[in-house]
Amino acid sequence: MRPDLNLLLAGFGGQGLLFGGKVVAYCGLIENREISWLPSYGPEMRGGTANCSVCISDEPIGSPLVLSPNALIVMNLPSLEKFIDTVEAGGSVFIDSSMISKRVDRKDINVFYIPATKLAEENDLKGLANMVLVGKLCKELGFCSKETLFAAMEKSVPPSKAELLEKNKKALQIGIDYL
Amino acid sequence: MAEKVLMKGNEALAEAAICAGCRHFFGYPITPQTELAAYMAKKMPKIGGTYLQAESELAAINMVLGASAAGVRAMTSSSSPGISLKTEGISYLAGCDLPALIINVQRGGPGLGGIQPSQSDYWQATKATGHGDFQILVFAPSTIQEMVDLVFLAFDLGDKYRMPAMILLDGMLGQMMEPVVLPEAGKTVVPDRPWAADGHKNKRPHNIINSLYLDPLKLEQTNIERFKRYEKIKGTEQRCEELHTEDADIIIVAYGASSRVCRNAVAAARAQGIKAGMIRPITLWPFPVDTIQKRLVSAKAFLTVEMSMGQMVDDVRLAVNGAKPVHFFGRTGGIIPSPPEVLEQIELINGGI
Amino acid sequence: MAIVYKRPHALTDEVFHYCPGCTHGIIHRLIAETIDELEIEGCTVGIAPVGCAVRAYDFFSCDMVQAAHGRAPAVATGLKRARPENIIFTYQGDGDLAAIGMAETVHAATRGENITVIFVNNAIYGMTGGQMAPTSLPGQVTQTTPYGRDTNSAGYPIRVCELLSTLDGVALAQRVTVDSVRNVRIAKKAIKKAFENQIKGLGFSIVEVVSSCPTNWGMAPNDALKWLQDNMLPYYPLGVYKDISEGGENK
Repeated sequence: MRPDLNLLLAGFGGQGLLFGGKVVAYCGLIENREISWLPSYGPEMRGGTANCSVCISDEPIGSPLVLSPNALIVMNLPSLEKFIDTVEAGGSVFIDSSMISKRVDRKDINVFYIPATKLAEENDLKGLANMVLVGKLCKELGFCSKETLFAAMEKSVPPSKAELLEKNKKALQIGIDYL
Repeated sequence: MAEKVLMKGNEALAEAAICAGCRHFFGYPITPQTELAAYMAKKMPKIGGTYLQAESELAAINMVLGASAAGVRAMTSSSSPGISLKTEGISYLAGCDLPALIINVQRGGPGLGGIQPSQSDYWQATKATGHGDFQILVFAPSTIQEMVDLVFLAFDLGDKYRMPAMILLDGMLGQMMEPVVLPEAGKTVVPDRPWAADGHKNKRPHNIINSLYLDPLKLEQTNIERFKRYEKIKGTEQRCEELHTEDADIIIVAYGASSRVCRNAVAAARAQGIKAGMIRPITLWPFPVDTIQKRLVSAKAFLTVEMSMGQMVDDVRLAVNGAKPVHFFGRTGGIIPSPPEVLEQIELINGGI
Repeated sequence: MAIVYKRPHALTDEVFHYCPGCTHGIIHRLIAETIDELEIEGCTVGIAPVGCAVRAYDFFSCDMVQAAHGRAPAVATGLKRARPENIIFTYQGDGDLAAIGMAETVHAATRGENITVIFVNNAIYGMTGGQMAPTSLPGQVTQTTPYGRDTNSAGYPIRVCELLSTLDGVALAQRVTVDSVRNVRIAKKAIKKAFENQIKGLGFSIVEVVSSCPTNWGMAPNDALKWLQDNMLPYYPLGVYKDISEGGENK
C-alpha cells in the first residue's frame, strides 16, 4: 500500500495555492486513488490568507481537513508560523524562501527552501511559484510519476487557457530540477 | 462506466440535478452555496432551462412552488439564514403536496452566525421547516458521490410521495472536491403529474393547488391522511450506513461532515483495541430508528457527534429510549471536530463501560 | 329566445362569498368574460391571494394555485417560466400586493415577467377585519388607525401604478374603477388588454381597480361608492400610467 499524502498548502490568496492543490489532487485521481481537496473559504478572496487541504490515500478518506500534514507547502510567513508545529514528525515542508527569510528550528522534519517566486520571475513565469513548489514536492515525495504530474496539469488547465499549460509545465520542471 | 471527474460538492449537486431532469432553478446568493447557483447560471441557458436569481429567498421558494405546481422538477439552494426565509414556502409546498428539492449548505448560527461549516440546522430540517403539522424528506450525504446519488433519490422520492425533499450538507462538503461519476442521463423518469396546474386544455375539471381548508374537520382529515403517508415512509425509506457495528461496544452516530471525522476516530480506536463502530444516518427524516434499535442489545453505549450544541442526539435518545447511555460530543459555530477529540471521547466512554 | 346575459364559462357555479356591495364580484366577472372572449381557459392558470379573494380558486374554472400572502408574483413567475405557453394571472389585494408582497411585485415588474396582475385597491385589509392598508388614505379611520391615518407615524399611501410605471419591464400600468357602467366598460377593456399583452409577450401588465369595502368602511354600498368617488379617486387618479402596446400612450 502506498503511503498517504496529507498535504496542506498555505499562503496569501492569489498565490495559486488552491490551484496547486487541485493539480496534486488530479495526480491521485489519475492513479485511481482516493482523494479529497478542501479549500479554506471566506471573505478574503484576494490577498488574505488562503489554504487548502489535499488528501491522497488508498483507503476512503475520512476528514478532508488536514490538521497534521505530512507535507506542507508554505508561501508566506504568517502561514509558516501558524502551521509549522502541526507538521507530523518525519514530514516534509516546502518553503518559498523568496517570500520567507525565516529558517525552521524543528529537527524532526525535512525542510526544503526553494526561492520559488524568484525562480519563476527569472524564467518569465511570474505567478507560477506555486507550480515550482509542487514540482519539488512531487520529486521529493515521489507520490506520483512525472508523467502523472504533467497529465494532471493538463486536466487542471481549461482548454480555453491552453497558452498557460506550457508555462505551468515549465514551472513544474523548474521545481523538479531544483536541487 | 462514465469517467471519474473531480468536482466541488456544490457543483456536483447542480450537475446531478440537471442530469435528473431539473430545468428550473430559483436562488438567491449566500455563502457557502454560491458555486451551486453559479453553475446553474452557466449551464441552464445552454440547455433551455431556467436559472433565475430572485429578489429574496422568500421569492425564490415561491417560484419553486409555482414551477412545481406547473408540473416540472424545480429546486432552490441556500444556506442556513436563507433557509429560515424559505420555511414559509416549504410549509406551503408541504400543505399543497408539492415535490421540490431544497438544498441547505449549512453554516454556523443563530442569526447571521458565521460562514464556516455547521450542522446546527438539524432541528429545523427534521422538526420544523415551517409552521404546521408536516415533515419533509431530509438526506445527509457524506461524500460528493453520495450527493449526486441523493439528488436523484430526493427528486424520485419527492415525486413518489408528493412532498418536498431537502439535502442537508454543510460548507465543508459544499466546498470540497472529490472524484465523482455522474450518472447517465435517463436514469430517472419524471412521472406524469395529473394534479398539476398546467392548464386543463378543456379536457378535465380544473386543478386547484391549495393548502387552505376553512373547515377544521377537513384540515384535520387532510393532515391525518398526510401522516399516514409519513408512517409508510418511516417504514420503507430509512437509510443509513453501518461501520463495524456488529461487535461494537461503542456506537457513534454521526452524519455528513462529522461522520467523516468519526470514521478516522473509529479507525484509531480500533487500532487501540477499542471496539468502536458507527451508524451514519443517510436519511435524517425518516431517522434510521430501526438500525439503532437493532444494535441496542450488542452496543454498550452510544456517542452522538455533531457540529452543533446537540440536536440529532434527541432523536438518538428517542430511538435508544433509555436502554443504553447516550453521550454527546459536538463542536459548533463553524468548528469541525478533530479525529483526536472524538477519539478522546471514545476512550472516556470505554473507561466507564 | 336569444340569451343576452349569462354566467361566463370561466366562472364556476360556486356562489361568491363576498359581502353585499363588494366589487370583487364585478372584477371576477370581467376577468372571466375576458378569458372566455380570448378562448384561453384551457391554458390559463390563476393565482389566488391571501385576503378576501383567497377563495378565488373555487370561483374560476381555469386551473388555480393559492399563494402565500404577497407571493403571488413569485408563484406566477415559477408557473410562467415552467410553462411559457400558459397564460398566468394573479389576483391580489392592496395588503398582499403593496405591503407584504411589494418586493415580489416590483421585481416581477422590473424583470418584465410576462404575466397579468389584477390589483384590487380598496384601501383596507378586508378579511382580517379592517386594518390599515398601504393604500389607506391620510386620515382614514381603520381598526389600526382608530384616530385616522396619521401620516407622521403611519406614513403615506403608496400609488402603485405611478410607482411601477417607472420600470422598464412594465408593459401596462392602468388604474380603473367599477363604480359606474361607463367605468366598468373601461375596466373591462383594460383587463382584456392586460391579458392580450401577455399573449403577445409584451411583459408585465397590471390593472389596478380602485374598489370599495362597504363592510369595513362601515357604509352602505352606495355610500361606499360615493366615498370612493369623493376620496379615493382624487388620491388615485384613474388613467393609463404606462402602455407600450400598439396605440398605447408610450412605447
